Amino acid sequence: MSAIAPAAARTDYRVGPHRRRKIVNQIALTLSLLAMAFGLVWLIWILWDTLILGAKGLTLATFTESTPPPNAEGGGLANAIVGSLIMVLAATGVGTPIGILAGIYLAEYGQRTWLGHVTRFINDILLSAPSIVIGLFVYAVIVAKARTFSGYAGVIALALIVIPVVVRTTENMLQLIPNSLREAAVALGAPKWVMIWRVTLKAARAGVVTGVLLALARIAGETAPLLFTALSNQFFSLNLGDPMANLPVTIFKFAMSPFANWQQMAWAGVFLITVGVLALNILARVLFRQRH
Amino acid sequence: MDTALATDRLAGERIKMNVRNLNFFYGKFQALKNINLQIPEKKVTAFIGPSGCGKSTLLRVFNRMFELYPEQRAEGEVSVDGADILTTKEDVALVRAKIGMVFQKPTPFPMSIYDNIAFGVKLFERLSKSAMDDRVEWALRKAALWNEVKDKLSQSGTSLSGGQQQRLCIARGIAVRPEIILFDEPCSALDPISTAKIEELIDELKGDYTVAIVTHNMQQAARVSDYTAYMYLGDLVEFGETDQIFIKPKRKETEDYITGRFG
Repeated sequence: MSAIAPAAARTDYRVGPHRRRKIVNQIALTLSLLAMAFGLVWLIWILWDTLILGAKGLTLATFTESTPPPNAEGGGLANAIVGSLIMVLAATGVGTPIGILAGIYLAEYGQRTWLGHVTRFINDILLSAPSIVIGLFVYAVIVAKARTFSGYAGVIALALIVIPVVVRTTENMLQLIPNSLREAAVALGAPKWVMIWRVTLKAARAGVVTGVLLALARIAGETAPLLFTALSNQFFSLNLGDPMANLPVTIFKFAMSPFANWQQMAWAGVFLITVGVLALNILARVLFRQRH
Repeated sequence: MDTALATDRLAGERIKMNVRNLNFFYGKFQALKNINLQIPEKKVTAFIGPSGCGKSTLLRVFNRMFELYPEQRAEGEVSVDGADILTTKEDVALVRAKIGMVFQKPTPFPMSIYDNIAFGVKLFERLSKSAMDDRVEWALRKAALWNEVKDKLSQSGTSLSGGQQQRLCIARGIAVRPEIILFDEPCSALDPISTAKIEELIDELKGDYTVAIVTHNMQQAARVSDYTAYMYLGDLVEFGETDQIFIKPKRKETEDYITGRFG
């Protein structure tokens, strides 16, 4: 009997703190929900405004006609859309192999070497460098020397943003591959480069592709690096040697203008970039989840 | 330690691997101390001992796996059929191809079952499609996996169960036609039924291959091996026929470990 009495007393004694714990829990939960709601409201508001205002300006002509003069009827964003696509894809094409190779070096060869540490440190600086710095750098090194704004300069500036992102994700994804997989390949007599190409890089593929897609999404909306390099072009042009139209700079220019038709077109451009970046992010997430 | 004793015991066996005065260092820490040991051909030799005794380290010297890590270093001699593999001029890849290894956790490559097997073969041989098909089937049959996977060779190797993955890894090692197979605690991540299958397989493999196995499980060592080595703190304490080691160990330390009084 004596064993039951203390147990009963203990239940009694625990009721108080337990109730308080429940209340504290409620408060914490409410506060964090409020914080989340506060953040989400702005995000949804931005998306909503963009989509509604942007969709209004969206017509077939947006994709088929080039940017119009102020206050003129019609016109579209075809030159900016094509220019952005060309430069973003070219920059990804240039930056991806360099980034992957450097990432492989950091993860598989230079993990603990002096050169590896220095490279990783510099890459981290580049990763967080404001994009306007990169734009000005390319302006000084290329545009000022060539004496013309050009699509090529734009591609180089964007590629400089792609590289550190891809280096980082490639290195991180390769580091997630367990060493036992490397040893297993080596134990069969595989040379190191075969082990990397056919085993570790393949195992990390989904993560590496995700990194490339996220880099692509990031440069799709970059304005500052293009302002000083590709500038803009009111005509349709496929020549990378000339200044090249692109969505971010066009949006910047049109949104700042006092002309109603330009402002409307800027919203349409914002809509296109937002939807494009959203789609890339979703694709990256789906791809990454499928493999993990 | 007691090499004279070991050599006595091995009378009548052909020696496949001869370890002489082997010392091993992780940086400054000495993990193996003057190991002398002879591994007989086409027999199963088990390495037992408490964690950190150096048994896995020893196994990783046998195929020079330690060389992947710059701070690790081996001194002494490990010869296979009379040729020292530590100082040979032969390419290390060829040395490793001759000495297969199966790891603690199954390590299927991120590719199809078929490609998992073909991966190692392609490194050294150029086979026609049909010859490769034959090789893959042969290796999978040897590893007692063929019947379970013959209809899904194009599926990913990672889709198999843990025990099947481990047999896939064994098949992958066999496919490059090694002479020696090293097992590093091959069953520690497997359930009892898969474990029984792997043990059965090891028993069959010794007809064709020299097998060395590291295990934490003493019953397993007793079941699968012909010879057993007991190691402690980097020393080879006792080596002999498995029956002798488990029934009548010569040294007190071995007896204490086996009877569970220590370790």
